[in-house]
Amino acid sequence: MVSRIQLLLVGTLAALLQAPPARAADPKDLELEPLVVREPERRDVKVDEIDSEDFEIGAYGGVLDVDNFGSNAVYGVRAAYHITEDFFIEGVYGRSELGETSFEQLSGNVQLLSDDDRQFSYYNLGFAYNILPGESFIGRKYAFRGGLYILAGAGSSDFAGDQRFTITGGFGYRFAATDWLALRVDVRDYVFDSDLLGKTQTYNNLELTGGLTIFF
Amino acid sequence: MTGRKGMTAISIRTALVVAALLTSAPGFAKYQPEVVVSDPYVDLHTGPGRGYPIFYVAAQGDRITILKQQTDWYKVRTPRGKEGWVNVDQMTSTLDLDGQPIEFPTYGVNAFSQRRWTFGFGAGDFDGARILSADLSFAFTPNISADFVASQVLGDYSDGYMGTVSIVMTPWPEWRISPFFEIGTGMIQINPQTTIVQSRDETDEIAHAGVGADVYLSKRFIFRAQYKRHTVFTSRNSNEEIDEWSAGFSFFL
Repeated sequence: MVSRIQLLLVGTLAALLQAPPARAADPKDLELEPLVVREPERRDVKVDEIDSEDFEIGAYGGVLDVDNFGSNAVYGVRAAYHITEDFFIEGVYGRSELGETSFEQLSGNVQLLSDDDRQFSYYNLGFAYNILPGESFIGRKYAFRGGLYILAGAGSSDFAGDQRFTITGGFGYRFAATDWLALRVDVRDYVFDSDLLGKTQTYNNLELTGGLTIFF
Repeated sequence: MTGRKGMTAISIRTALVVAALLTSAPGFAKYQPEVVVSDPYVDLHTGPGRGYPIFYVAAQGDRITILKQQTDWYKVRTPRGKEGWVNVDQMTSTLDLDGQPIEFPTYGVNAFSQRRWTFGFGAGDFDGARILSADLSFAFTPNISADFVASQVLGDYSDGYMGTVSIVMTPWPEWRISPFFEIGTGMIQINPQTTIVQSRDETDEIAHAGVGADVYLSKRFIFRAQYKRHTVFTSRNSNEEIDEWSAGFSFFL
């Protein structure tokens, strides 16, 4: 019996001597094991993933009056980015055709321009300011957002085969049928210099267009 | 008669389909998170602008669903089914369903100095001709960015296009008026005007060094003014030096 108890004691002592004392002194081991915490599922709001509607694209058509070359149909596309509720930038690209000058009409067969050079196109990029935002009413039940904006920009016009630096300015009205669909009416002036008819003169080209845009 | 009735039925159905298309946005699966109002109330406007009237308020503790965002405005739906627009200033005080604050984008000098993507356009003088430029820049760090510029040159005797890529160094990005230095390279194509018969179209390599400053205006707007000295590596014996002065506006995302 004694020997068995002795054995047990010796064994325990041996075990104690072998392992723990050296480790217990090590401060690193006093640190806690990482706790396993059961977190409830996070319901973070990812603001970036909220559907944003800052871009506006669309097409338009209307009438462009090119100084000296008559009024002709014009059509084009536009893309805008709404930076704040007040400002947006907009790029447009449009195409039209030049008519005949009164000189050409009166003198019979004289043609100032080749058919190729009669193709008129322009692009420009501008800043616009929503000057009079508001609501419009149809009857008692329906209210629609919309408003007047003014715009100024610069770009280039392909006029009679040459690229002309062009300043543009104008105003327009946006009627928002829904949050994402709008009707637009725009009045713009495109101004450039050209020496096509002898001496350099400034051309004022007025344009009236209507179009549809979508926000996305 | 039956034919006419059928026609009416079809046209009503068409009208319904069109109406459904009009009222539902042309979207896909929508992410519409819920947030909790923690201020005493938030104002719901009828449209995304400060002038649109406030027609409803969501009270503290209300769970509101965010439907969409236009500029600084969020369209929300209240538990009672009212839909209106809330400004980002009031949205920043809402909490998520765990009671944690939410980070809505706000802008300031800090956002300006930390910006990643910047888009801008400008106009200026290119050796006596007009120049129009659009540029896109990406900041690797607040100090170093890459700038891609597409330009159109419009002169009295010639016009042309230029595309360049540059490395821009911004030593003090945290300054409200922040100077920058750049070097870059690209291509330029010059076409003589059709009214003057001259040499043929010419495409050359071009390199430049430039200096300028970005002025942070407000929100996400920057005014930029800069000078560039271009060297055109012509096919002729001598290279051509061109000064470009320009100014424009940019905004960052």
